[in-house]
Amino acid sequence: MDIFSFLIDGFALAIQPANLVYAAIGVLIGTSVGVLPGIGPALTVALLLPVTFKLDPGGSIIMFAGIYYGGMYGGSTTAILLNTPGESASVVTALEGNKMARAGRGGPALATAAIGSFVAALIATAGLAILAPFLVKIAVKFGPWDYFGLMLIAFVTVSATFGSSPLRGLTSLAFGLWLGLMGLDQLTGQARLTFGVPELLDGVEVTTLAVGLFAIGEAFFVASRHLFKPEKPIPVKGSIWMTREDWKRSWKPWFRGTVIGFPIGALPAGGAEIPTFLSYTIERKLSRKPEEFGRGAIEGVAGPEAANNASAAGTLVPLLTLGLPTSATAAVMLAGFQQYNIQPGPLLFTQHADLVWGLVASLFIANVMLLVLNLPLVGMWVKLLKIPLPWLYAGILVFASMGTIAANPSVTELLLLTGFGVVGFVMRRYDYPIAPAVVGLILGPLADSALRRSLQMSLGDPMILLQHPSSAIMIGIALVALVAPFVFRGLAKFRQDED
Amino acid sequence: MTQKTLRIPNRPTGVIAVVLFVIGFITYWDASHMKMRATYGMSASAASYFVAILFVALAIGHLISAFKPSDIEAENADWMAAGWIGLALAGLIGSIWLGGGFILGSTLLFALTARAFGRKALLVDLCLGAFIGVVVFLIFNKLLTLALPQGPIERLF
Repeated sequence: MDIFSFLIDGFALAIQPANLVYAAIGVLIGTSVGVLPGIGPALTVALLLPVTFKLDPGGSIIMFAGIYYGGMYGGSTTAILLNTPGESASVVTALEGNKMARAGRGGPALATAAIGSFVAALIATAGLAILAPFLVKIAVKFGPWDYFGLMLIAFVTVSATFGSSPLRGLTSLAFGLWLGLMGLDQLTGQARLTFGVPELLDGVEVTTLAVGLFAIGEAFFVASRHLFKPEKPIPVKGSIWMTREDWKRSWKPWFRGTVIGFPIGALPAGGAEIPTFLSYTIERKLSRKPEEFGRGAIEGVAGPEAANNASAAGTLVPLLTLGLPTSATAAVMLAGFQQYNIQPGPLLFTQHADLVWGLVASLFIANVMLLVLNLPLVGMWVKLLKIPLPWLYAGILVFASMGTIAANPSVTELLLLTGFGVVGFVMRRYDYPIAPAVVGLILGPLADSALRRSLQMSLGDPMILLQHPSSAIMIGIALVALVAPFVFRGLAKFRQDED
Repeated sequence: MTQKTLRIPNRPTGVIAVVLFVIGFITYWDASHMKMRATYGMSASAASYFVAILFVALAIGHLISAFKPSDIEAENADWMAAGWIGLALAGLIGSIWLGGGFILGSTLLFALTARAFGRKALLVDLCLGAFIGVVVFLIFNKLLTLALPQGPIERLF
């Protein structure tokens, strides 16, 4: 089989001593940043991107994989021990995990999260390795119109379908699209929305937007709300190992979570919230001790954590094969790839096959490292949670601005970062989701050029989008997904009036 | 609500609606100044027009919901604390703008942000900020050879 020989080559690359060291460093710094309260995986990856700039592409991607999984795992540690989930995907973990920690079972909660993540990521990465080549075979046949349809689906599902209000989600998306317009147009070389500022000709950096919205916005928000009241992490008492019963109650949720998480993550609808909530509900239904839910049921940690990691590996499928990011983390990862001059998409598998399979192999290795390093080091992560919040946020701001000027040393970039921070503050305050803005900035220009290339090929006839059944179906799905939440909200209101 | 005067029940949403209108207008204005046309299909300004229309549509949506009672209530904010963070970022930007370098800037950023989060020991925070700034500078400039902006302090190393 082709896949296996590719994978073996990948492992040969990833298992070189230098690359193993990179993976270990990535996992360690990824976890140590991800464990900090208020920092989710997207921000972890964005903050740590500059660290990998100067390595060779192979090494930096391997370190990157470590950072990614480390950040994911760090987020669940925070959720369990501090009850402040760094991202929406670990909200569910916090539900039961924090209760378990309060009951003195923080160790087993962390262990089931770690092993569940490990199992899920292992299976999901294998799924990625098997699924990706097939998708690539389909994707090379895609015309620009198909890409345009896919991007429409991604836009709508990321912003309108999920989230508290489609209006706010679409506004966030529009902000991202607007930022995506800035800079020189790819096809004609005209400046768009640059207002005569030469630094804007290159467009807005995705990392600047992500760090500004997530890190700086979060700092403004937390400071303004006085959320910095001392919140003590719950000490991990007793054995960190799971008992025989814990194992018995955990292994099925791990696999169920994986089965739920991976396909949902791989769809362009994306997102880790749906699979984690779904897994939680299913585990509660199936549990033999449903009364324990809400008071620290281990199934409620094992299932959602597995679902979360499996869907994260699932988002890599559209990211690597189609170049389509469907979550904020994936969008930041795409920005990272572009910084190493790697353009994800079907061509990546033919042009840089060694890199892709090296990445897949290092995802496996990063997973093993995570398990080996994180459980014994849990005491160190708990210490990190004890950093006083003023110093923590001060440090985050220093690191965030450092990363921004290291990538692009100019005052304009810092002004942009500050501006995005203020926007992020307003968005948080009025409950606007942030991920659509980041996805909009990345996909907006791609959708623009896909549409324009289709229209050039059809000599300006827009019907080309509907003449190809594939793109017509995708545009139809996007339309339904856009209109449905408004209709259902109307229906829900109607029903309420009737009561 | 005590009095029924001409008040918009949901002021922030109304303000956001106005901002969206303005952005939409700026985008439209910018697009109308783009001269180059494509031979076939859409020209570069079409995407701008689309986004401008999207903004206007969203502004109308916000305007409508501004006249409904808000579904979320924004809690009271401590604007002083937010102001300190603004000042902290201004300190960094000012330091780099005026050639003060990264270490001075990040010292100010660190100490003033800590102040925003309620710390009063400014001198301790300044020292700690300077220490972190030096360490970060050494790691990134020397070890990873990334160019952080240099000022008088950085030239000493």
